[in-house]
Amino acid sequence: MKAKKALLPYLVWMVLFTVVPMLMVLYFAFTDKSGHFTWENMQQVGQYSNVFLRSIWQGALATVICLVLSYPLAYSIAHRKLKTQNVMIMLVMLPMWMNFLLRTYAWMTLLEDNGILNNLFVSLGLPRLHMINTAGAVVLGMVYNYIPYMILPLYTVLTKIDNSILEAAQDLGASRAQVFCKVTLPMSMPGMISGVTMVFVPAVSTFIISKMLGGGGNLLIGDVVEMQFLGSAYNPNLGSAISLVLMVLIMICMGIMNQFDDGEEKGAVMI
Amino acid sequence: MKFVSKLYTTLIYLFLYAPIFVLILFSFNNSSTMSRSVFSGFSLRWYRQLFEDRLILVALRNTLLIAVLAAVVSTVLGTIGAIGINSLKGKWARRTAMNITNLPMVNPEIVTGVSMMLLFVIAMRMLNTDLGMGSLMIAHITFCLPYVIMSVRPKLLQMDAHLYEAAQDLGCTPVQAFFKVVLPQILPGIITGAIMAFTLSIDDFVISYFTSGTTQTLPIYIYSMTRKRISPEINALSTVLFAVILALLFIVNVRQSGSSAKTARLQDAAEEGEV
Repeated sequence: MKAKKALLPYLVWMVLFTVVPMLMVLYFAFTDKSGHFTWENMQQVGQYSNVFLRSIWQGALATVICLVLSYPLAYSIAHRKLKTQNVMIMLVMLPMWMNFLLRTYAWMTLLEDNGILNNLFVSLGLPRLHMINTAGAVVLGMVYNYIPYMILPLYTVLTKIDNSILEAAQDLGASRAQVFCKVTLPMSMPGMISGVTMVFVPAVSTFIISKMLGGGGNLLIGDVVEMQFLGSAYNPNLGSAISLVLMVLIMICMGIMNQFDDGEEKGAVMI
Repeated sequence: MKFVSKLYTTLIYLFLYAPIFVLILFSFNNSSTMSRSVFSGFSLRWYRQLFEDRLILVALRNTLLIAVLAAVVSTVLGTIGAIGINSLKGKWARRTAMNITNLPMVNPEIVTGVSMMLLFVIAMRMLNTDLGMGSLMIAHITFCLPYVIMSVRPKLLQMDAHLYEAAQDLGCTPVQAFFKVVLPQILPGIITGAIMAFTLSIDDFVISYFTSGTTQTLPIYIYSMTRKRISPEINALSTVLFAVILALLFIVNVRQSGSSAKTARLQDAAEEGEV
């Protein structure tokens, strides 16, 4: 078979446009404007440690909320008639086809001080709440945008659990709660890990949601990177250093996540 | 218990659709001010304004052009690549190829965008051109490729490896054997990959934002609109897009109630694991 030769154009493309750019991030992170080696960028990253912490904290919070909200939903969808399942999953995915900028923009309308929710509160005799430009609004934006990425893997994994296993557990004397805790929950672990990964990575590195819903005071690490490359603080070297640290941090978080996978199931994390 | 479950499901779907209903409702708002949250009568003025907006039409054309080309090129290149990866015998070589393939999917989007921007800015300086359609196209093809591979590879793995040889034993040339035997077998995967690439490309903002220069695509234009707070037109645009998507989904669903691009993408991602 000459199929091996077929690999060449693809591999050349991927090396040229993914591996080389990654190496350039590495190069820029350790050089100054004139191209000399320096540690300075890396040292400067230190001053953004609070932004890093905020990003990880908010991303993790959004991920946990997504997981807690999604599990019961995925579970309930997975236990309906097949036709209903398909419709419900389609409805979960439908919003994803709208650009996330548009959907996040709609949340601005909902959350504003004179926005729809506040008008609703007032007409119900409740006090106005300041919601937009807060950390809570950012987390809400993350949960809203990424929750389908949690629901779908959970649903996939829950539908795959063989019903006879659950019945066997019941036959052996397990209560419904025990069946859930000892069989369903461990068996859905790959879906949870996959969902957590798919929500956490984009949530930590987002830069639009924080800008639109968080105002100026809730910068996340993505915003800082964007500012270094296209914004006022133009400094690609520092931007590369921050990107590099972000990448490493995410890998570490994923590594920790993988520890929770008992390795029995074929891992569902994409690393 | 049944009631609680139903109530819960309804609440989550309400959460998912609330912003979309808001967009649709306010696209018909008859307000001359920029107010985004007071409804003052029905009107189609924002639709009229939308369709007279030349910048939007240009952005739409760019978006579609890039999506079609990115889908075609990444599907062809990805399919060939998947066959190549599949033919690798050594475990190490196969692993390396798959790791390179997974790189853009594991990386945060912003890092992918930024890294490509670095490459393009330097390349463009050497070639004395600007970022634009060219760099956008390359970027889109690159981030679509892994998804094409992801959908073609399982079909190749399912296929009996001896079929190709059998066809040649029966007198096919390698090219004939490929087109008559291999291609029909993996075609469903190729089609899924192409649809996935198309939808990903249309939707992408983050990577485009860093690699577009001054060229506008729809997501980039939407972003600039949200910054200037020109609101009602954007509502009309969202509504039109939503209607188009709904119609497309309906057609696809009527034709075949199979899985669609994003389901497949997510399910694959969930199942992929360490290959």
